[in-house]
Amino acid sequence: MSRLYVSRNPRVAARILDGEMMIMSGRDSSLFTLNRTATILWQSADGVTPLERIVEQRICPEFDVEPAQALQDAETLARELARHEIMQISEEPLLQPHSSPGVGR
Amino acid sequence: MPASVTQVDLLSATVEVGEVAVLMRTGDPDFLRTLQNRYPGFLVSRQQEPQITFDLEILETNFDEPDADVEVTQKNGRWMLARGDFRAEWDSAKRHCHIAQTRSPHATDSVLRIVHSLVQASRGGFLLHAASAVRNQKAFLFAGASGAGKSTISALAPVDAVLLTDEISYVSRRDNQYHAFGTPFTGELNTPGENVSAPVSALYLLAKGSENRIDTIDAAEAVQSLLSNILFFAKDDELVQALFHSAFEFVQHVPIYRLTFVPDARVWELIG
Repeated sequence: MSRLYVSRNPRVAARILDGEMMIMSGRDSSLFTLNRTATILWQSADGVTPLERIVEQRICPEFDVEPAQALQDAETLARELARHEIMQISEEPLLQPHSSPGVGR
Repeated sequence: MPASVTQVDLLSATVEVGEVAVLMRTGDPDFLRTLQNRYPGFLVSRQQEPQITFDLEILETNFDEPDADVEVTQKNGRWMLARGDFRAEWDSAKRHCHIAQTRSPHATDSVLRIVHSLVQASRGGFLLHAASAVRNQKAFLFAGASGAGKSTISALAPVDAVLLTDEISYVSRRDNQYHAFGTPFTGELNTPGENVSAPVSALYLLAKGSENRIDTIDAAEAVQSLLSNILFFAKDDELVQALFHSAFEFVQHVPIYRLTFVPDARVWELIG
């Protein structure tokens, strides 16, 4: 399996409310509410940490799940988020032009 | 020359909504009278310094697509506003809007709403699909899509409630407090709101039902519902981000409930 990198799309607005990450697309104003796994993925998506390491260090300790299965699920999730243009994925590290995730003004 | 100044002065009116005064200038005396008749409670003295200027060019012919929906785009701080009955350019830095429009006052009304939305978006406020009223010095908002009951609950308001609008509520933020202002933007009641304001005490999401009931909702649902009722005119990243964060801030400062009601005046026993 090739190494994947994920980064947050800087064109979306994101905030955490009661532990739920809510994201609004600037493209079409669609609103997304992320579950706990997707929230961890979003918060960890700095563009330079490989997805494999995010799963190993952030997702597996949080959930009782096999690393291989967790990686497969995370990749599916990342592609789904990328399909909605709220996340970017690449086989190369991605520059992250904005600051910490889910921080309100 | 004094005569020209007097002539220009006669062809303008200042319309203030949400404490934002808009000087409307037109070379058409008939249309000026139309505007004055449309915004009677919201006209202010010409001596008052306007924050925004509209220059209206009244066209006698229709645009190519008279039924086209509103479209708002932005480039370098200049906003292009277009609908079947108007074309406008809003320069946010100069606070100036040039409007070419048909003789319909609805066109001016629409541009006014859009410009107010853009102004408030940068200040943490917004315009909302909601009726609103002041009771006991507190403002209450009643949000919902068409058919949710905005005009119904407005029509049922008791005599001690002052109606701000039955259609589009104007919410402005000052420090950490939100204020609702009366607007001339009308719905089915076709009655402009009173030009007064009060701190927002609660927002109710309207639902018609078989009993009058107030239910709490969780914060995420509150944000979602609020966002679905905020007037969004543009697919613009900065604007979307501003309104998104404004909605979160509002939810953190103002209680939001679901108000289920039957269409009779007893629902107001729960309000205020």
